[in-house]
Amino acid sequence: MRIELERRRQQSPLFSIFSPFLALLLTVLAGVIIFWMLGKNPFSALYSFFVEPLTETWSLHELTIKAAPLIIIAVGLSVCFRSNNWNIGAEGQFIMGAIAGSILPVLLPNLQGYYVLPLMVVMGMLGGAAYAAIPALLKTRFNTNEILSSLMLVYVAQLFLDWLVRGAWRNPEGFNFPETREFHDYAILPEIVPSSGPTNYGFVFAIIVTLLTWFMMRHMLKGFEVSVLGQSTRAGRFAGFSNSKMVFFAFLFSGALAGLAGISEVSGAIERLQPVISPGYGFTAIIVAFLGRLNPLGIFAAGLVLALTYLGGEAAQISIGLPDKIADVFQGLLLFFVLGCDTLINYRVKFVFDRTVKEGGVS
Amino acid sequence: MDLTQAVILTIMTAATPLLLAAIGELVVERSGVLNLGVEGMIIMGAAVAFAVAKLSGNPYLGALCGALTGAAFSLLFGFLTLTLVTNQVATGLSLTILGLGLSGMIGESFVGQAGVPLNEIAIPVLSSIPFIGPLLFNQDIIFYISILLIFGVSWFLFRTRAGLRLRAIGDNHHSAHALGTPVIRTRYLAVMFGGACAGLAGAQLCLVYTPQWVENMSAGRGWIALALVVFGSWRPLRVLAGAYLFGAVTIGQLHAQALGVAIPSQFLSALPYLATIVVLVLISRNRRLTLMNTPACLGQGFVPDR
Amino acid sequence: MVEARQDGDDCLLEVRDLTKIFGEFRANDGIDLKINSSEIHALLGENGAGKSTLVKMLFGSLEPSGGQIYWKGDPVEIRSPGQARALGIGMVFQHFSLFEALTVAENIALSMDNDVPIEKLAEQAEKLSREYGLPLDPNAHVADLSVGERQRIEIVRTLLQNPELIILDEPTSVLTPQEADKLFETLEKIRSEGRSVLYISHRLEEVKRLCDRATVLRHGKVTGACDPGQETAASLARMMVGSEVKAVTHHAGAAGDEVLLKTTGLSAPARTPFAVAIKNISLSVKKGEIIGIAGVAGNGQSELFEMLSGEFLASDANAVAISGKPVGKLDISGRRLLGAAFVPEERHGHAAVSQMSLSDNMILARHRSDAKVFLEGGPLKIINRGAVKKAAQRIIEDMDVRKSGDDPQASSLSGGNLQKYIVGRELDRQPAVMIVNQPTWGVDAGAASRIRQALIDLAENGSAVVIISQDLDEIFEVATKIAVINEGTLTEAEPAANMTLERIGLLMGGIHGEDHGSEASHAH
Repeated sequence: MRIELERRRQQSPLFSIFSPFLALLLTVLAGVIIFWMLGKNPFSALYSFFVEPLTETWSLHELTIKAAPLIIIAVGLSVCFRSNNWNIGAEGQFIMGAIAGSILPVLLPNLQGYYVLPLMVVMGMLGGAAYAAIPALLKTRFNTNEILSSLMLVYVAQLFLDWLVRGAWRNPEGFNFPETREFHDYAILPEIVPSSGPTNYGFVFAIIVTLLTWFMMRHMLKGFEVSVLGQSTRAGRFAGFSNSKMVFFAFLFSGALAGLAGISEVSGAIERLQPVISPGYGFTAIIVAFLGRLNPLGIFAAGLVLALTYLGGEAAQISIGLPDKIADVFQGLLLFFVLGCDTLINYRVKFVFDRTVKEGGVS
Repeated sequence: MDLTQAVILTIMTAATPLLLAAIGELVVERSGVLNLGVEGMIIMGAAVAFAVAKLSGNPYLGALCGALTGAAFSLLFGFLTLTLVTNQVATGLSLTILGLGLSGMIGESFVGQAGVPLNEIAIPVLSSIPFIGPLLFNQDIIFYISILLIFGVSWFLFRTRAGLRLRAIGDNHHSAHALGTPVIRTRYLAVMFGGACAGLAGAQLCLVYTPQWVENMSAGRGWIALALVVFGSWRPLRVLAGAYLFGAVTIGQLHAQALGVAIPSQFLSALPYLATIVVLVLISRNRRLTLMNTPACLGQGFVPDR
Repeated sequence: MVEARQDGDDCLLEVRDLTKIFGEFRANDGIDLKINSSEIHALLGENGAGKSTLVKMLFGSLEPSGGQIYWKGDPVEIRSPGQARALGIGMVFQHFSLFEALTVAENIALSMDNDVPIEKLAEQAEKLSREYGLPLDPNAHVADLSVGERQRIEIVRTLLQNPELIILDEPTSVLTPQEADKLFETLEKIRSEGRSVLYISHRLEEVKRLCDRATVLRHGKVTGACDPGQETAASLARMMVGSEVKAVTHHAGAAGDEVLLKTTGLSAPARTPFAVAIKNISLSVKKGEIIGIAGVAGNGQSELFEMLSGEFLASDANAVAISGKPVGKLDISGRRLLGAAFVPEERHGHAAVSQMSLSDNMILARHRSDAKVFLEGGPLKIINRGAVKKAAQRIIEDMDVRKSGDDPQASSLSGGNLQKYIVGRELDRQPAVMIVNQPTWGVDAGAASRIRQALIDLAENGSAVVIISQDLDEIFEVATKIAVINEGTLTEAEPAANMTLERIGLLMGGIHGEDHGSEASHAH
């Protein structure tokens, strides 16, 4: 048997909508097989992985806290990917955003007032954008592959943060723990409804970012420019759009949003800097972006789904004794299935059972 | 063995996994496919090689299974990008994410356990040559394989008809298809070869370099290997030079840390990554050179007319 | 070389009821075809008639949906090009199947199914190429060779397989008239050796001159089989097109002395190793003029187009002037605002984005020139989809663009219909200067005639038009003046009435008094 593809003349509207759902279904099926192979009851495992976290108010709040950074980063990346720029260093930009935004509460703890938090947010976005500008500059100026350069900068950012919190920025009263001083109250992202749970304004950022980016991509000439250059630089040049300006726009936009996610995370959830501030949000966001089909509204939903795999991973660890790495496995599988199912949008897939010899020379 | 020899030896050991992963990816890219999942294949190879070596007590079986795992894992990538023509960049990334997760699950029960190292095999007579004997002819089997592979791949690509076909497919898959050269089948084989090499690189990490299992022990080597292919402008011997250069940077910073140089250890640890960026910039700023050497179909999907 | 046939049957290849269906589209519908030995058989048909589909099935690269192929009277299934070669079928592809990064010898080796060492193949190829008068240097890199030389590689490597049937797909579309004459000599030599040739073309004169028999295709069906020598060009055209194609008409239009487009010593270095440098091009186009720029593919046409359009900027602002204003350093949007319009050669991925709708492709070229209508919201630049759709609809009606669906993707249109839309998109603005690269490449006769007429009308209404084309018939049909581009230099434009086919051919080959050694230098 072999599989043949036949290009559709028009994209299939049916599969454009259903392919993410199909991918989710396949991931759950794969989950059943994995749990079964690990000797766990697949259904109770799936329940504690995907359903249990949704049954309590507390964990719903946790879900928004985990989803917000994923959504914010992924929305930025979707613009980047649509323009055919491959920023896979969002994790590093997240860290640099967090560091830049933390300058005020860590180094100037006496600077207190309502202006601190907005300043931190702006500095966080600038920090992320500045760090993302490096691969953009190298790509436009020296033709350097942005995938590799942006990724290498992740390792550098992680080591830089490690150095800061163990060295210059370490809390002087912190008994040598590798962390900065705790943020003062003016530097903490407030909770939306404190009486209900810890969901903070990071989730509001996620909603705003999603809607604004959706509007830009759907209705503004800038969004059109992003799509055109992403599909053909030559057609983009014919339209009078500059590809190198687009490289900068895409990287600065996605870097700024990664930085926003970074500062929201440290000021909202962690409230200080420590050697590790992200469970890989910058990488998971890549999956979120694709699962959301690079559409901000889709990404919002996809961010919630992926956040669930984090909570599910923790739950599975506690309740059924599975390693938390299972969350990574699910995420990787999900991206595989999403990509595979997206093929159905542009192609008809045919299974051909006869004639095993097709390609190639005489045999 | 004097100090110089010892240092050179550690550099070679640090370079071997980079070399293996890079030579595999070189063949993949020469056929026109960009597999960004090298990191995932390395770590999967490492986890399985360690587990098999530990459970069977036989490190050779472990190394073999590491390579086979890499090849099998790469088939996932091959099926998606070659049969279903998915985006190669995104698919490669998902292979890496999946590899990091799966390897963590496989290796979980082995954390902190002593491994089963691969021993050196001294080649009679040659290993007693002064100075270079112990360096080149008293090594583990994976080192020998890595050197043979460099010259083997070089011979295959530039001296055989099959190698010519592979390069032709990377240059223009439409022409190759029109002439009846099997584009997809060749690419599958190339991808699996790349996977086996990456898997073997992983086996080297946990059986030779540091005989134990540590989560995420590949530590970005897959990405450095990808950069080495660009650095070597898709030529095996230049990749060899690049890998040893990077081995030297890695070992150099480790020695500097051990000697207590007054530079923070994090900055030294960042050196290999920064060096990668610098090297990429130096190579790719010469647009003419990269344009002439990059396989023209690199990263493009191919759907044949039927 | 070719063994004599045992029985009296002279039929080499026969095809009965051959059909190929892509999705719902019948590209070939019940084709019957018979090729005898030692004949040059023409396969005639206009663009999109199904000629390439048919020969791809004969060469094993497409699988037939139905019907039967017979080789020397025996039914055969040709499943791969390797199998076709083993039977004795060789193929010279229209757009070539060569590898730019490899040498000539390596390219030849790739089409051979045996494992003869490359050095030996190179020797054989050199010997053969001398015999047939097709000089080749086996060690040259394909990227450095001209189109004519590339075709030689294809022919030589096909001949090395010692085939009984050679298929040539539109071989003269890339050659100068003189090169075409040489090709015909080679083909006649091949026929005299007892081999057959299946010659695919839409050029009637050369088919009449060269071919023994012809089969004509239209819309995937055979519409006639004849001896082309007995037919007139007009009767062949009727079989090919089905109805009379309207000849273009010229009227005395607005002419004047006002120069609307002018280049002065326009030069640009080659941007990539595969590109051509533009050297000192001076050109001036007046109101009412259509300048035709003839030339063999790959002599700097695209590079010149991109300098004229402003996709790439000149180093000197005065090198290009539109309506008297220096625009050398003005980008494409700025030039459009001055009334210029551009149609590039490549439809997909240059003139249009394949995966975008027709209305989005309207925004592509006109978001700046029609910003007042298409955009609102000031600096936010919000796209007014309603206005864009209305404009797209207007063009679809004006140019008679056939499509399915309300606002389909560009990729779903046929070449001719998409080209009509793209040309219409620019004409709709009534540009003062219009620059078109290969206006009717790969377009059916009806659409081609419509596009040419529209360009003539535009000039007659007072615009300046530049047409870059490889199709000399087209140039003679529409141009008022003709210039020739060769290796990045342009000859002075002369009135079309003073030009002959032969003279243009010589200029295209680079022969105008000075250097004509570029081809010979590769040969040894």
